[in-house]
Amino acid sequence: MTTTTSTSAPTPQTSRYEAVIGLECHVQLATRSKMFCGCPTDYAGAAPNTHVCPICLGMPGVLPVINRIAVEYTLLTGLALNADIPQATKFDRKNYPYPDLVKGYQISQYDLPLVKGGWVEITVGADTRRIHLERVHLEEDTGKLTHVSAGSLVDFNRSGVPLMEMVSQPDMHTPAEARAYLRKLRVILRTLGVSDADMEKGQLRCDVNVSLRPVGQSRLGTKVEVKNLNSFRSVQRALEYEIGRQSVALDNSETIVQETRGWLEHEARTVTQRSKEEAHDYRYFPEPDLPPIFVDAAWLSSLRERLPELPDARRERYMRDFGLGLADAEALSSDQWAAHLFEGTVAAGAEAKMAANWIQNDVARLRGDADGHTLDPHHLADLLRMVDQGEIGNPAARQVLPLVYESGRPPREVVAEMGLGLVSDTAELETIVRQVLEDNPEPVADYRSGKLAAINRLKGKAMQASGGKANHAVVEDLLKSLLNS
Amino acid sequence: MLTSLSIRGMRDLLARREVSSVELTRAHLERIEALDASTVRAMLTVTREHAEAQARAADQRLAAGDDSPLLGIPVILKDVLTTRGIRTTAGSKMLEAFVPIEDGTITRRLAEAGTAMLGKSNMDEFAMGSSTENSGFFPTRNPWDLDRVPGGSSGGSAAAVGAEFTPFALGTDTGGSIRQPGALCGVVGFKPTYGRVSRYGLIAFASSLDQIGPFTRTVEDAALVMNAIAGHDPCDSTSLQAPVPDYAAALSGETSLEGVRLALPREYFDVQGMDPAADAVVRAAIAHLESLGAELGEVSLPHTGYGLATYYLIAPAECSANLARYDGVKYSLSIREPGSGLWDIYERSRGEGFGREVKRRIILGTYALSSGYYDAYYLKAQKVRTLIKQDFDSVFETYDAVVCPTSPNVAFALGAKTQDPLAMYLNDLFTIPSSLAGLPGISVPAGMVAGLPVGLQIVGKALDESGVLRIAHAFEQSTDWHTLRSPIAQMHPATTTP
Repeated sequence: MTTTTSTSAPTPQTSRYEAVIGLECHVQLATRSKMFCGCPTDYAGAAPNTHVCPICLGMPGVLPVINRIAVEYTLLTGLALNADIPQATKFDRKNYPYPDLVKGYQISQYDLPLVKGGWVEITVGADTRRIHLERVHLEEDTGKLTHVSAGSLVDFNRSGVPLMEMVSQPDMHTPAEARAYLRKLRVILRTLGVSDADMEKGQLRCDVNVSLRPVGQSRLGTKVEVKNLNSFRSVQRALEYEIGRQSVALDNSETIVQETRGWLEHEARTVTQRSKEEAHDYRYFPEPDLPPIFVDAAWLSSLRERLPELPDARRERYMRDFGLGLADAEALSSDQWAAHLFEGTVAAGAEAKMAANWIQNDVARLRGDADGHTLDPHHLADLLRMVDQGEIGNPAARQVLPLVYESGRPPREVVAEMGLGLVSDTAELETIVRQVLEDNPEPVADYRSGKLAAINRLKGKAMQASGGKANHAVVEDLLKSLLNS
Repeated sequence: MLTSLSIRGMRDLLARREVSSVELTRAHLERIEALDASTVRAMLTVTREHAEAQARAADQRLAAGDDSPLLGIPVILKDVLTTRGIRTTAGSKMLEAFVPIEDGTITRRLAEAGTAMLGKSNMDEFAMGSSTENSGFFPTRNPWDLDRVPGGSSGGSAAAVGAEFTPFALGTDTGGSIRQPGALCGVVGFKPTYGRVSRYGLIAFASSLDQIGPFTRTVEDAALVMNAIAGHDPCDSTSLQAPVPDYAAALSGETSLEGVRLALPREYFDVQGMDPAADAVVRAAIAHLESLGAELGEVSLPHTGYGLATYYLIAPAECSANLARYDGVKYSLSIREPGSGLWDIYERSRGEGFGREVKRRIILGTYALSSGYYDAYYLKAQKVRTLIKQDFDSVFETYDAVVCPTSPNVAFALGAKTQDPLAMYLNDLFTIPSSLAGLPGISVPAGMVAGLPVGLQIVGKALDESGVLRIAHAFEQSTDWHTLRSPIAQMHPATTTP
């Protein structure tokens, strides 16, 4: 069974319940080297086990050394989240056996994370509210298993890549809020430059916790964790499915089992992976190979100076300086790619509201989920200017944009090649207009007798005669001057 | 005899060109090849070609006028220190075929200092034991009496120095694994302050306790080796940044201990289980220190009694994680058959690869860290560890060093304690507390009981290696216990029986 548009979740009387949602995100930091060794992190596309050394292979006798940049990226994230940065923090060992975990333990942080608390602001519809975070800590990524018919293969290129775990409080109530929260996290991470946070590439991974309770009840229901969500859409769909599933169960007086479920993208449903009874005892204890980290005021203030303009501040600026409404300002500022294009386009001379509209509609459709593509802001600005000055019409601009987007060629060149430019040549248009006046004596008489609206009929005829390519403004000027002469 | 000289003695001959490093190295290799297998069995791997190549390179440097203190000197490494291209077993079947792809920091520092590595020595598996009987391969014997143990876990290195297979060897000390075998084999065994010597390349047993140190025939030699191996290593985040003094230069010929205050902790004397004859030897040694001018005072280290229990929570807890990587999936022993599931591979590889003592400690440590027990065991042990450290801190406010026995007994017979782990653990009673406190400690030959050596332990303040070495040196230079040679040391390579 495949579903492409909506989930196959049972349809319950969800209105009786309130969902309580928390997100646990794993973010690969964009450091050049790994968390505890000097191996490069740019393993994408590399042959298996080529970005490895004795340390990230966990060979006997090796020791970890903390990547300072990874710590700073985490602290920057904490500052951007308005969080507490404790003065002392440490690493711990999280013990569990698995073939992708080279040492049999993961170096992580248990009771003293680098970042505590914090919040982000999300806007869903007309509501803007804060979603609080529990903590942000730093750990190392694992290797990657591939199962083949002959057995399982393991690639340790990813082993030891710095991973930041961001745990939200159970502060969200709808899948849309969860999605808005994720988007906000992503734009903050990208604005800070600490991660590319591309979900499809596994740089941003997300597990959700969701429980239901009757509306009005304050006690939390039994929570279910859903893993294996690798796109914004799957987060939203999995939540919709789970809320539906749990609602039906509660409607039928069934007990919700505390468990970990997996999201099956192609079947659009969640399935049981592990129950609470099978949960690991990770036997955390302080990592004896690493000294504690002390974050002093001087270090923090030097990091604070490095903070760029953050999305919320950017949103306020868009509203203040460009006169955008909340929805436009929020949408653009929550999307690093769009924000960059927007500011570039406006700087290149485009009108702000027009740029905002185009970026959120026509450009957004072209972009889809692909973030890698770039659109030259000067090209977009040129295109909008041509529309604005009547050189081309909106339909023509919509035809041109995809070609400019795909090819990276200047819009003027594409317009010329396709013959989409509007005719503004007065001499050429005068011939057409004179013919129209000659062929349509009735509206001409009407106009001259004082029914000025009759000019619109004449304009329509002239446009028709020009094959839609006549410049409206020029046609109107010509009509007026000829009718009034 | 060439092979019975100290490092200093050999170095003088090398400098005067009376002997080459190749000759010196071959003389030691000959002893090992002729004697080891039939006597102490100190060696797991002998690396003749490697040693000769290093010796040839050393001879070239010597010819060029290089006067590095360890240049051309043979060495044996405990098989827990990684050596590139040379198998490193940690005394375990689990790593029987493991060949590291890089040298550890200390292996590299010694190579750069110009030593010639003769081979890798036997040890208790993963450094867990006090007799070297827990080796996954075979037990090592004491060069003073082949029916007795050399101590452990660095028994191979201690026996190799005692048998004059090498002028010095490196061991590792987690709870006494250098000092105790040093005492039992009648050689100098020195454990530096935790963090003084890099652990990068030391296959971990208990990360917060493990420390590399030398076995030598003299205190001055220990200082020379320390000069080569001590100091910060960016690859070991727990290694200390403190500057390293010239340990050897600090040792004068002066044997006076005038003005030196030595503490005698009452918890280390009149202890149940202490061999009275060994006790008498230690007391005589302390009286001798007094005769050199040292001021003695009785003190209390009140939490000493908790040392063993604390150690046997912290060390197993750390080892339970450190040994998790040997899972039969990667470089270690892997026992699998077609169709074996993951857990089959884990269970069979670890079941067959690890010995009893290692399994015992993994289970102990896993238990101590388990949910619901962590606070009662591991966390409590860490708190007691702090108290033990504070005991020493307060004594060091008044005293320069603590003196006490190294081991409650002389070398015991093979098999005598293998059935009783607790009796075995008690052998480290006097070395464990200072290990938990991370302090430097030395064992120097201090007398004999029925033909078996007894060690005197001197424990100093953190980073005061120089103070410990100075006291030990004064003792050594005014006694001749260190000049006694074991029966195996006296064997000529041509003879085949002791």
